[in-house]
Amino acid sequence: MDAKTPVLGLSHLTKRFGKVVANEDVCLDVYEGEILALLGENGSGKTTLMNMISGIYFPDEGEIYFKGEPVVIASPKDAFSLGIGMIHQHFKLVDILSATENIILGMEEKPDLNKSADRIKAICEKYGFDIDPYKKIYEMSVSEKQTVEIVKVLYRGAQLLILDEPTAVLTPQETEKLFEVLRNMKKDGKSVIIITHKLQEVLDISDRVAILRKGRYICDVETASANVQELTDAMVGHSVSLNIERPEPVNPKKRIVVENLTVFDEEGVCKLKDVSFTAKSGEIIGIAGIAGNGQKELLEAIAGLQQVDSGHIYYIGDDKSRQELIGKDPLEIMDLGVSLSFVPEDRLGMGLVANMGLADNMMLRSFRKGNSVFTDRKRPRELAASIVERLEVNTPGIATMVRKLSGGNVQKVLVGREISTAPTVLLTAYAVRGLDINSSYTIYDLINQQKKAGVAVVYVGEDLDVLLELCDRILVLCDGQVSGLLDARETDKREVGYLMTNLRGEAHAQ
Amino acid sequence: MHNKAPRFYIARRGDILWYKAWGIRAIAIALALLLCGFITMAATGLDPIKVYVTMLDGNFGTSRRFWMLLQNMAILLCVSLALAPAFRMHFWNLGGDGQSLMGALGAAACMICIGDRIPNVLLIIIMIAVSISCGIIWAVIPAYFKARFGTNETLFTLMMNYVATQLVAFFVIIWEVPKGSGKIGIINQSTQAGWFPQIGTNKYLLNIIIVLFITVFIFIYMRYSKHGYELAVVGESEATARYAGIKINRVIIRTMALSGAICGITGLLLVGGTDHTLTTTIVAGRGFTGVMVAWLAKFNPFVMIATTFLLVFLERGSAEITTIFGLNQSFGDIITGIILFFILSSDFFLNYKITKTKTQKEAA
Repeated sequence: MDAKTPVLGLSHLTKRFGKVVANEDVCLDVYEGEILALLGENGSGKTTLMNMISGIYFPDEGEIYFKGEPVVIASPKDAFSLGIGMIHQHFKLVDILSATENIILGMEEKPDLNKSADRIKAICEKYGFDIDPYKKIYEMSVSEKQTVEIVKVLYRGAQLLILDEPTAVLTPQETEKLFEVLRNMKKDGKSVIIITHKLQEVLDISDRVAILRKGRYICDVETASANVQELTDAMVGHSVSLNIERPEPVNPKKRIVVENLTVFDEEGVCKLKDVSFTAKSGEIIGIAGIAGNGQKELLEAIAGLQQVDSGHIYYIGDDKSRQELIGKDPLEIMDLGVSLSFVPEDRLGMGLVANMGLADNMMLRSFRKGNSVFTDRKRPRELAASIVERLEVNTPGIATMVRKLSGGNVQKVLVGREISTAPTVLLTAYAVRGLDINSSYTIYDLINQQKKAGVAVVYVGEDLDVLLELCDRILVLCDGQVSGLLDARETDKREVGYLMTNLRGEAHAQ
Repeated sequence: MHNKAPRFYIARRGDILWYKAWGIRAIAIALALLLCGFITMAATGLDPIKVYVTMLDGNFGTSRRFWMLLQNMAILLCVSLALAPAFRMHFWNLGGDGQSLMGALGAAACMICIGDRIPNVLLIIIMIAVSISCGIIWAVIPAYFKARFGTNETLFTLMMNYVATQLVAFFVIIWEVPKGSGKIGIINQSTQAGWFPQIGTNKYLLNIIIVLFITVFIFIYMRYSKHGYELAVVGESEATARYAGIKINRVIIRTMALSGAICGITGLLLVGGTDHTLTTTIVAGRGFTGVMVAWLAKFNPFVMIATTFLLVFLERGSAEITTIFGLNQSFGDIITGIILFFILSSDFFLNYKITKTKTQKEAA
């Protein structure tokens, strides 16, 4: 490595936002033809650092070198002309335009769609992408959109690509495809910086790993000599246990019985078809499936937020009484005496009020209590303070607006509130999405505590490794239908992944 | 590739200390006055200090002027208070004018039609009920359509203003005194039926006290009541509201009913308390000025007292300088515009700061 000059050199970069130090004195080199994984917890300054390289933020202090020369990157345009391209977590594409139109959008050359499409095809062939240049963005899957973003920066001649959590939205199969493409780029001499929370992926794809902690550069290691435990410890700053506990369910009893549930959305598209399953107390049932295959509708139907076309959802009480939940809104479900907690996928858009403080968010589901016309403000404050303390929420105070907290802390606040009501049913959707490893394990612990307390937990997840380790049973959804119900202790990743993309019948036929 | 580093860049501030925040606002006002001074000199050749003194004089010069300032503030504040809960709910009620006008129509109708036949106390009670109901009806119609059919409330409330103006114009012709004048004139001049009692010798004090009560009420309602919490959640995100089991349609209609009721009271105070007549322009666009008052104060009722003062002060001050110096009416508007522009832009400096870029050498 010593002989090579770095493509990109960062020297003593510092960036502050008000009093918050996002990056402090970061020095980092990226070499030609290497894949560098950038690892760090939420709020450790990975994205800020990448934004400085791609011209979105301007560093307060420090210098950036490109191929040995000091450069000033004051705008994304500067970054582009140096050959630095960033693929953001949230895609920046125009829905009604085609892939080609999006790719050449904003470039100063004279547009010639056919010529550009040919160049795009050539790029795709070279690196192994699979994309139709004339397809409109709104007709594309998430993975295709991501491909368009990557081709866009390659088309502009990027030598250094930065990918911010590219695998968060992909299925295992799609991830493997993406990695294949990245390896092809590396062979072509391009450099790649990839941000990801999934350590297994870091080990699979990268040549070198750089670790950030609290805005500071900690160390970098050759991937070949690294292991998950070491990386985690370096990232968190102390030793953590990476085993997810899975206690045996104690005295499981039927709690939620879903029978032949069918849901159509507002446009008349079938979202769930004939779904039946049972969630038992003291057990975690995992729901696996590619995003958008009915998970959201399933949970929202149970929580009383989704219009249902046919089927039944029964809540079975301790005394074996059956209560139909369909046709009831969350308030009516509460009034039945059913203590149902729900951690929705959209944390700030549904589970919490982004512009309210922690304390005000605590009373979102309980503010009606009591006959007074006024809200009880003392109890929410106490609850907020106790959640901050118990779950180690990093916040300036309990009056801070939740939108100002980092993803992991937002989730702790939401989960903390939902389990504080001593529920009998806990529904969680992508509970650890975007969370770093430490926060994720905190959430797994909390879920396990609920399980041990006899709560029926429904866990919708995307990381198959976690689903297999945490859950007792796994229900696989494909295209809104149940394609399999597996014993998590017996099955493996391949089987679940297969069922996610193939319905039962087809699976047996092959 | 050797780009020059940008000399300055903009960065978001963290929390700002209160004295810094007020310092920034003070600087904004000082700069605005300075600029206005230059423009005054350049455009009219007048001494800007004299112009400012005249503005002050127009508001505080005599005790009558001072009470007029307070009365105007009270009425404007009352409309603004009505708008605040609706806006907090992200329901863009631009119908404050129409709702207040309907309140005024209701009050005037009572005074004219039954004024002489029943005791004054009973009449005033009926006026209160009718004005409030009129305001509520005018506000709940767009709210219902929004809740039921998802219509756009901005256009709907705006259109309701014109309907209200035409309704009032219609009744003014019916009730005109004397016939053919096209005006109602002072209602019940001789009997003073339906006129609100005076506290002491001051005609405006009662209005001011009533509006102060409403200010405290709205503050408590929005900050501490369950209703206030619900409407804030609905405003932030309907998905969250549904998740929390809040009946969104009910909250929309309830909040707009409150908004309309307070607008109705505004109309009542205008007709019963001070003007004792009804014209199509009696509300004088306060339903729109109120939007500015509420936004400038970020919907905090007590801060709204300060923003009403600012707007009424500027309005009355500019009117004074136009008459004293014989200036064009627009000149007052220019001064008002400049001052408001500076105050609004000071918000930017409260949220962002501009930092000088350190040169590469300094950084190293």
